[in-house]
Amino acid sequence: MYDVKLIEKQAKEIRRLIVKMIGRAQSGHPGGSLSCADLVSALYFGVMNVDPKDPAKPDRDRFVMSKGHACPALYAALALKGYFPMEELDTLRDLGSILQGHPSALKTPGVDVSTGSLGQGLSVANGIALGAKLDGDDYYVYCLMGDGEIEEGQIWEAAMSAAHYKLDHVIGFVDYNHLQIDGAIEDVIGNGKIREKFEAFGWNVITVDGHDVSQILAAIEIAKRSKGLPSLIILNTIKGKGVSFMENQAGWHGKAPSAEQVEQALKELED
Amino acid sequence: MIGELIATRDAFGTALNEFAKDNKDVVVLDADLAKATMSCRFKDAYPERFFDMGISEGDLVGTAAGLATTGKIPFACTFAMFAAGRAFEQIRNTVAYSRLNVKICGSHGGVAVGKDGASHQCIEDLAIMAAIPGMVVINPGDAVEMRGAVRAAMDYNGPVYIRLGRNPVPVVFDENSYTFEIGKGIKVREGSDITFVANGSLLDVAMKGADILAKEGISAEIIDIATIKPLDKDLIIESAKKTGKVLTLEEGVIQGGLGSAVAQALSVSCPVPMRYIGMDNCFGQSGDAADLMKYYGMSPENVVAKAKELI
Repeated sequence: MYDVKLIEKQAKEIRRLIVKMIGRAQSGHPGGSLSCADLVSALYFGVMNVDPKDPAKPDRDRFVMSKGHACPALYAALALKGYFPMEELDTLRDLGSILQGHPSALKTPGVDVSTGSLGQGLSVANGIALGAKLDGDDYYVYCLMGDGEIEEGQIWEAAMSAAHYKLDHVIGFVDYNHLQIDGAIEDVIGNGKIREKFEAFGWNVITVDGHDVSQILAAIEIAKRSKGLPSLIILNTIKGKGVSFMENQAGWHGKAPSAEQVEQALKELED
Repeated sequence: MIGELIATRDAFGTALNEFAKDNKDVVVLDADLAKATMSCRFKDAYPERFFDMGISEGDLVGTAAGLATTGKIPFACTFAMFAAGRAFEQIRNTVAYSRLNVKICGSHGGVAVGKDGASHQCIEDLAIMAAIPGMVVINPGDAVEMRGAVRAAMDYNGPVYIRLGRNPVPVVFDENSYTFEIGKGIKVREGSDITFVANGSLLDVAMKGADILAKEGISAEIIDIATIKPLDKDLIIESAKKTGKVLTLEEGVIQGGLGSAVAQALSVSCPVPMRYIGMDNCFGQSGDAADLMKYYGMSPENVVAKAKELI
């Protein structure tokens, strides 16, 4: 039912745009943006019921990018989708830009929730889902978290709430790329067993290859059939995916590539 | 009725139910303190629109923010300490930065919380909330003003912080003639020698202090500034021009609260000698509410003493 080829093509284009826009801005977070590009493409070019011509239509699906620093992936998808002109991507992080360093709902068409301060998005996703329930709407709320981000205590407060209120229209994702700013997740604070933890909190948990679009799409379809339980999809990913010198390097969490590095990366990301 | 003792949290709980009856978009969230914040009344009346989030204030505020994006008008209730303190950053980044229509309701503000001690006596809430861009900050002085503030907050589209008081305070305003407007102060009493600017529980203290001074022939003008932000500068400046002396009174830190806001406004347009009553760079402690208020100088006697320093 989904156009997997299109989603894969757009994922690659999102990756190219991530590299270009962070390279131009000389500021931003390439590693975690590249690792979630396949998911973001699957959502915007497959799964989500959204309309760039009517960004606020009431029955739209919502996406909360709780790991807000990965917003270059989101901005690329929104531009490709037609929420704003592609040229806006060349203003990322500039004074007066609609594309802030972290997502701003007031500035960027298509961004529903301002994020960037880690740990807060899942609570917001829950609130949206509660609002939908009150209104009798059946749209879905997708929330992307980082694997480092779930070290934040509020994630677990929200995990409790989603299960308690039976928010089966909340579908969370953890971008499990195993790296955070200070190094490997396991070295920094040892947060393994993501599946077991969320299951213990009452969630329906699915694990997939986060760079395999078909697997992502299949997992979302399974999650949508969950009744009474919120779902979490763990995306096994590679930080910096698609750019050889960035892959699996914590150092590329928040560093911009040089002009030469952009050129090399784009060569690697050619069709 | 004027003079009747009612806690503003009590008035809050009543007003919330009264106005939510005809506004189905109002939802209420609490963090395991519904019986203390008095949101329990809403819970009983409209259980389908009430969400207990448990003891997790960050989640409380975030969930309220999510509900607001769907067009609901969430009132997120907990103690002032855990709202403005624990959840400051959620309020700042998730609510205020997006100008979401969330009402943060912080109960048990100030030292009059009493015997629970300093850990639960939030004296910084108003200063912290007023520091956030775009935040409306309200500290009503009595039950009548609280009712008006709840109505106004519900009708206003944007983030609002309201402080609720634990202890009964005398009703100051006539419920038949009182109207609340965000950002509008009220001249409670005409005077000519000195201006008192007060809010919350200190409004009554200011009036009692003024009564004592009146017997000595000193005429104090009293201005109620329930809305600390946006501040009714015009009313304050007009009075300061007339009396030439200003005493501010607040149940909270004087660094960053009402006193600071008034001083900032006056320093630009009408600098006059000032004194401040409130918590001056110290924490509270356990004790009876009345004893604590007196101990920290938030008493009619100290109002008289501070006023005389200026006269």
